[in-house]
Amino acid sequence: MRTREDIPALGGRVSVYRHAGLVRVTHWINALCVFVLILSGLNILKAHPALYWGSQSDFGDPWLRVSNWLQHLPTLPTMRDLATGRNYHFFFAWALVINGAAYLGFGFWRKHFARDLIPTRVELGAIAEVAREHAKFHFPHERRYNVIQQLAYLAVIFGILPLVVLSGLAMSPGFDAIAHWVLDFFGGRQSARTVHFLCAVAIVLFIFVHVALVIVSGFKNNIVSMITGRYVVERGPGSPADGPKDSPVEAS
Amino acid sequence: MDLSRRNWFVRTLAGAGALALGACDSVTRAPAVRGGLKLGESLSMSVQRLLMNRRTLAREYLSSDIAPKFRANGSKNPLDPAYRAHAANGFRDWRLRIDGLVDNPYELSLDEIRAASARTQITRHDCVEGWSCIGKWTGARLGPLIERAQLKPEARFLVFYCADNTEDNPSRPLYYESIDLIDAYHEQTILAHELNDEPLPIANGAPIRLRVERQLGYKQAKYIMRIEVVASFADIRGGKGGYWEDRTGYEWYAGI
Repeated sequence: MRTREDIPALGGRVSVYRHAGLVRVTHWINALCVFVLILSGLNILKAHPALYWGSQSDFGDPWLRVSNWLQHLPTLPTMRDLATGRNYHFFFAWALVINGAAYLGFGFWRKHFARDLIPTRVELGAIAEVAREHAKFHFPHERRYNVIQQLAYLAVIFGILPLVVLSGLAMSPGFDAIAHWVLDFFGGRQSARTVHFLCAVAIVLFIFVHVALVIVSGFKNNIVSMITGRYVVERGPGSPADGPKDSPVEAS
Repeated sequence: MDLSRRNWFVRTLAGAGALALGACDSVTRAPAVRGGLKLGESLSMSVQRLLMNRRTLAREYLSSDIAPKFRANGSKNPLDPAYRAHAANGFRDWRLRIDGLVDNPYELSLDEIRAASARTQITRHDCVEGWSCIGKWTGARLGPLIERAQLKPEARFLVFYCADNTEDNPSRPLYYESIDLIDAYHEQTILAHELNDEPLPIANGAPIRLRVERQLGYKQAKYIMRIEVVASFADIRGGKGGYWEDRTGYEWYAGI
């Protein structure tokens, strides 16, 4: 079994075991699912590029027409094909749900959420300072996620992703018959469809910010850590005292 | 120049993206991939059926929810001369035939359908394209009509044969759809002959259309001429159980 202990790294830094195997695997499966779901979702949206609030469609007066900018966006498949778009969407929706259930189960069972994602009082108090650091494009490599990461990941994991799944289910006439409450929760099937779209927009925005920060805050370190689990942190005052002592390679 | 370099980078990235999505298209055409993607449909159907029973009803709405005009989609005026002749004399000579794997094949007139065990329901029609429309449907419950034909033990599906070339396009075959017995016997499954208290308009499927309320719009067959009871629809037309299922790959189970 590979070690989960800290290992000395170049420049007096420390390689820590940051991401558990299940977190890494579910992260990449989720990334693939979301990628396919967004592109196939755009193809489905093209079949009726208008959004409404309420139970039904007021064709003459939609809340939002999206046909104009939709034609500039890529879809899966690339041609207009509602049937194949739906085939992709439902296969990968199931994959996302099963993968997400595995991640949530693991997160509660192994206390991943409690330990890594729920900010401590001290971390919450430092939010303004962390935000200032981000604004200066200064991203210290630390053992724990910073508080902005924690809150963003919590919002996606417990807010947007459950909401996008539930609003998707609320569009299913079969599921609506099983669970009438889901229609009341969203205020009607067309409201659920609009919420589904807004969640997708929020996910796309999250992905842009997430990927941009992955690139600017140490691309190789970030990518390697989500593949091997190991992340190199600076040994600063924030590091625990049990980290290895300064190594001889520091002078290099 | 830095700018041209950036343009080159963006173009390369866009090109690579287009190439990758194009590759996805050829992957999509592989039969194994198409078959694999259909696992999603099987899973949706199994899970929904597991969570449903015969008392699981689609939501019914209030009179005040009815849309001012119920949207007609697909075919709106069938071209078939026989159909047009029926329409011209108010469907007085039109007969619905119920046959196939039954001991008692028979024919029903429109008056007999009107007189059969009636049900009125205000429900939401959900099109596969994404829109919804609420209407009030009155019709005969399908279950008792099927019962009267006395199904043979091997009967599993009902196939609905329609009078319309799909989307009134003469080069297209006649529309058809199919459902299984679970939906056939469901309380809200009716052969509707009225929409919003008026005789069903031709655009919406006169003389009768199917309402199977826990599924999407393409299941709600219009202009029904014949119902055949079968053990399998594998040998009918394209073998996938419906016009759109054959032609484009829509799911046979349209509960999602």
